[in-house]
Amino acid sequence: MIVELGHFALILALAVALIQATVPLIGADRRWSSWMAVAEPAALIQLLLIGFSFAALTWAFVTSDFSLKLVVENSHTMKPMIYKISGVWGNHEGSMLLWVLILALFGAAVTLFGGNLPATLKARVLSVQAMIAVAFLAFIVLTSNPFLRLAMPPMNGQDMNPLLQDPGLAFHPPFLYLGYVGLSMSFSFAVAALLEGRVDAAWGRWVRPWTLAAWIFLTIGIALGSWWAYYELGWGGFWFWDPVENASFMPWLFAAALLHSAIVVEKREALKSWTILLAILAFGFSLIGTFLVRSGVITSVHAFANDPQRGVFVLMILAVFMGGALTLFAARASTMEAKGIFALVSRESALVANNILLSVAAFVVFVGTIWPLVAEMGFGRKLSVGAPFFNAAFTPFMIVLALILPIGAILPWKRGDLGRAILPLRGALVLSLALGALIWAMQTGRSALGPVGVLLAAWVILGALTDLWLRSGRGDVASRLSRLSRLPRADWGRGLAHAGFGATIFAVAAINTWSVEDIRVVKPGAPFALGPYEITLASVDEVEGPNYTSSRATMNITRDGRPVATLYPEKRSYTFARMPTTEAAIDYGLTRDLYLVIGDKQDDGSWAVRSYIKAFANWIWLGALMMAGGGVLSLSDRRYRIAAGARRNVNAVPAE
Amino acid sequence: MRRRLAPALVALTLLAPAAYAVQPDEILPDPALEARARTLSQNLRCLVCRNENIDDSNAPLARDLRILLRERLTAGDSDEQAVAYLVDRYGEYVLLKPTTHGANLILWIAGPAMLIAGIGIAVFANSRRYRRGALPTSPEVLSEMEKKRLDELMQQ
Repeated sequence: MIVELGHFALILALAVALIQATVPLIGADRRWSSWMAVAEPAALIQLLLIGFSFAALTWAFVTSDFSLKLVVENSHTMKPMIYKISGVWGNHEGSMLLWVLILALFGAAVTLFGGNLPATLKARVLSVQAMIAVAFLAFIVLTSNPFLRLAMPPMNGQDMNPLLQDPGLAFHPPFLYLGYVGLSMSFSFAVAALLEGRVDAAWGRWVRPWTLAAWIFLTIGIALGSWWAYYELGWGGFWFWDPVENASFMPWLFAAALLHSAIVVEKREALKSWTILLAILAFGFSLIGTFLVRSGVITSVHAFANDPQRGVFVLMILAVFMGGALTLFAARASTMEAKGIFALVSRESALVANNILLSVAAFVVFVGTIWPLVAEMGFGRKLSVGAPFFNAAFTPFMIVLALILPIGAILPWKRGDLGRAILPLRGALVLSLALGALIWAMQTGRSALGPVGVLLAAWVILGALTDLWLRSGRGDVASRLSRLSRLPRADWGRGLAHAGFGATIFAVAAINTWSVEDIRVVKPGAPFALGPYEITLASVDEVEGPNYTSSRATMNITRDGRPVATLYPEKRSYTFARMPTTEAAIDYGLTRDLYLVIGDKQDDGSWAVRSYIKAFANWIWLGALMMAGGGVLSLSDRRYRIAAGARRNVNAVPAE
Repeated sequence: MRRRLAPALVALTLLAPAAYAVQPDEILPDPALEARARTLSQNLRCLVCRNENIDDSNAPLARDLRILLRERLTAGDSDEQAVAYLVDRYGEYVLLKPTTHGANLILWIAGPAMLIAGIGIAVFANSRRYRRGALPTSPEVLSEMEKKRLDELMQQ
């Protein structure tokens, strides 16, 4: 019964969304305040209905209701409770339901926190938001109904893929969706602004926190996925340029560009039409990502036939929203008169460069992702585009970005002097060059990746520190330090996020340069060397888990005779999903991870063992965490908490 | 086994059994030759996997390809010859880094072309705004408009 109510609530939500998509829009056009006022209760009712629907599906998973097709296919009574809950979104139908739930959540957030938005803008934003909801609710109801019953319920379920039964992955999709769907807010604001025909500093101030929030969620979501891949897949890779990864990476890059260009709109009222275009593209690439992932069109060209109905539906949503928004943009963009003009050397220009680099990098990822499809359909060539291509074609943009970042961050608005801007950075420049040279000298004959990575990372991190120090003004050290502590949180956020970018650059270079790998057959009790460490396979035992059996190895690691760690890598076999997995055991450290994997038993009783020293692996996620943390700091800045959305006095903006 | 992003759960039926990547018995006694083999295998696709190179892949076919590659290298092939040998048999699908022949040129120059176009558009848009606003390039010099405005202010 609850399940049927959930299904019914979903259809009701579709009806409410239809009303919310049309009535306030007409109201805003005709200036009828009663029609515009429909948007707010509608957004809240929509959240309640979809929330109920989601709760109903969760209930079915938690109580293992095997009359539901989705539960049978993705759950099992023996599965731990946390994975019963994460199983709700560990499949196509349930994850789409989570998608629209988050969409409704954002819509309700506009209603609750958008008190000082102009009435027409708010009505239009909520209306555009509801249009997206209509599209995706219809998608769920028509092609991906999660509430399908079975006539003959089986005794138990088929269990979820064991790779997904993992805490890192349980929370990875919700974060990603918060990011994808968060970008729909920027999109709605962009389309609403085009309908309004005006974009000003207040608009920039409104859009930025939403974009920032979406970007933070995407950062965390991608980092969680990458971390999961690192410890779960058994060889410590963290990024594979897989189409599905690229699907989340492209919106991230666009969101990063957008939240930088929104600053220019907010502070200088320039780059207006470009910012609108970016907002449209960022969400567009979220949709493209959804399409790539749901239709199976990319991973295998022939898999398109797997679910043409869903693929075509998402493609239609994509076409309608992108086509509509871009047409509107073409018609209205010229009305967005830019106020702030700027010289070639200025912070605006640096942010434009940031935008170009990030967008072109995203474009490269896009072309690489769809190229196999284009080549097969257009040129009859069956080929692959993999990590080596992306590493070669994508990395240069990030290098240039890292090079200009510290300079751009301290350039003055409007017009600056390059020589004068670089002057305070000379310390950072000299120090990072020296560090790069030192690394180069220490590892003669190896790749340039290590030295260049260290140089760039040091330049970016020291640049961020210099930036913060410059913000503290003039005077003696004590007064500067006290002023430093009173800096707006947005300044700290910027410094932290930029330093995080540097940390990630360092980590990627380090793990690829200084990691050690060892593959061998090991007899229990016989030690072997891995770098400065000595590793002994003590024993391998058979262990029972809740829904799996496991061969668990006990491995002792020592260094210079002193024990470092005892690790237990496993080879698991999941009973109901009938799938084996390898569970690597990792001793985490600040400068290195020790990463052990146990393989097959050999005929003579010895075991295949892979062991790695992963240099500075944790810095990858530390860097991502710093970027996200910087975003959070910036988001909590006073000007968003107090004066969010308040239209600034036009006279207060220094005119040209 | 590359489905780490949950939305791709569709693909899960294709997971290979977990006998893992390069196995101890495949490793060549000559470390230099083995190092070359490892580097090359990272650029070669496991044909039955999803976007996985043969160095990481667990699939039996990837193992066959790794062994075949090592045989060619042991037989004295250069890197190019060994890769060409595999491309002859399995087509360019086996290359994870596409060639620059023919239409693939579009793939490789798409990024740089976009970059140049982006810079061009930005410079053009800015110079147009520039002429309209008449902002001087050097921060020390005032534009005509600014001078006029300054004079006006001074006279007040």
